[in-house]
Amino acid sequence: MGEPSRKTRTQVFTKQLDSFFMDIYAIGQFTGRFFREAFRPPIEWKEIIRQFYMVGYKSLALVSVTSFVTGIVFTKQSRPSLAEFGATSWLPSLVAIAIIRALAPLVTALIAAGKVGSNIGAELGSMRVTEQIDAMEVSAVNPFRYLVVTRVLATTCMLPLLMLYMSLIALLGAYLNVHQNEQTSLNAFFQNAFEQISFLDLFASTFKSLVFGFTIGIVSSYKGYYTTQGTQGVGKAANSAVVISMFLIFIEEIIIVQAVNSIRP
Amino acid sequence: MKKPNQHIEHNNAVIRIRDLYKSFGDNHVLRGINLDIRQGENLVVLGKSGTGKSVLIKIMAGLLKPDSGTVEVLGEHVDKLSAKELDALRLKIGFSFQHSALYDSMTVGENLAFPLQRHQRHLSADDVRKEVMRVLEAVGLAQTLKQLPSELSGGQRKRIGIARTLIMQPAIMLYDEPTAGLDPITSMEINNLINEVQESYHTTAVIITHDLTCAKSTGDRIAILLDGHFNHTGTFEEVVEKSTDPQVKSFYDYNFID
Repeated sequence: MGEPSRKTRTQVFTKQLDSFFMDIYAIGQFTGRFFREAFRPPIEWKEIIRQFYMVGYKSLALVSVTSFVTGIVFTKQSRPSLAEFGATSWLPSLVAIAIIRALAPLVTALIAAGKVGSNIGAELGSMRVTEQIDAMEVSAVNPFRYLVVTRVLATTCMLPLLMLYMSLIALLGAYLNVHQNEQTSLNAFFQNAFEQISFLDLFASTFKSLVFGFTIGIVSSYKGYYTTQGTQGVGKAANSAVVISMFLIFIEEIIIVQAVNSIRP
Repeated sequence: MKKPNQHIEHNNAVIRIRDLYKSFGDNHVLRGINLDIRQGENLVVLGKSGTGKSVLIKIMAGLLKPDSGTVEVLGEHVDKLSAKELDALRLKIGFSFQHSALYDSMTVGENLAFPLQRHQRHLSADDVRKEVMRVLEAVGLAQTLKQLPSELSGGQRKRIGIARTLIMQPAIMLYDEPTAGLDPITSMEINNLINEVQESYHTTAVIITHDLTCAKSTGDRIAILLDGHFNHTGTFEEVVEKSTDPQVKSFYDYNFID
């Protein structure tokens, strides 16, 4: 089964821009198919658990390093500005707000788009060009349910967990810097940090991560599932999985931030 | 040359193709195909690369849709079936892919168990293991059970690909270029395996190839695909060795066979 047919050939914008919007439209159709197939039995539990492991556990090392460094660097760079106003005691709150509201969901999503998105795009792409997806289809196993549904569920469920984990590690990095300068205790740091964090902040970040995870899963699976042009196509699929995922993540970030700010008391 | 097959039912066609057309843009690949494939026979579709041989069996398996015409497999019109009906039909069809199409992330045992675990859910893990070993022994590769496809040779991958289809005990086998990329000795082993499958499982087979040795050793009947339709159908001797058609003769001359 090839890529969904693209009936219109009339150029509206540039060739690349037209192709991008056609991609977005086709991804919308692919999403519709996901919802039609996702909850229909049989559910591939074993493969879902394997994908949870691949997306979640296998990303831990990269997320840990990135978040720890982000926490330290962000705190270090923010200190001089706050020191000018004699407000270094606000540092834990400021860092916590920045990490939990913005950095953790966005950075986790960008890491996942790069690592998991490219992996899904390349894996499904190579399965397509080596006829493994066709082999599944002719053995009367639904490849969409086995390959796509499991991966999208994994990215959607794992991103919020990775985001919470990233927040924690980044705050530990921030604590290290604060402790070095002010000898603050861990308890005092976290009390100060969470003073300004509301339930809405945590809910909004978790919701954002769910949306980002779903986007990465759908876009990467779509690009891989409909790969054409042999091994060259596999490279393109992995690349465009990352580029389109990141682009959509930024758009979604702007929309969700606007929506949350409009209901924030 | 293959021995005459006594089990072919000449009046019972399990695959019927009528006025089949398929194009990809301006490339008109199949232009009015008509063919009956009889129960129990190995039919070889012979033709040069790019003549639409693989397209033809992909249409038979419902992987591609024809532009027009009908393909009837075991009494069902393939392109008119619902997804559920098509899946039911596919359980009776085994498809051996040109590059084997084994699942890279699974061991040989997992590859073979994959269709069985999904379609015969009543089987215990022990039953599945026994079935896997049965087909692995049938293709002479019981020792590869725990190996990954990347650890196998080209010939072994082909055998495992065939074993994966045999596990569902299909009525029809579709072989896409079964000897492509193999050395002559391994090719002969695969040809023998195709004949063994026909004898042991009483399958009807369509074998797509451009390898005349494969066609001669496995085909009860040969159909030559030229310019989008079957020009010649008959035994290997009738349509290849004694052919006066310049295209067939040139094709034969370039295949140095006994």
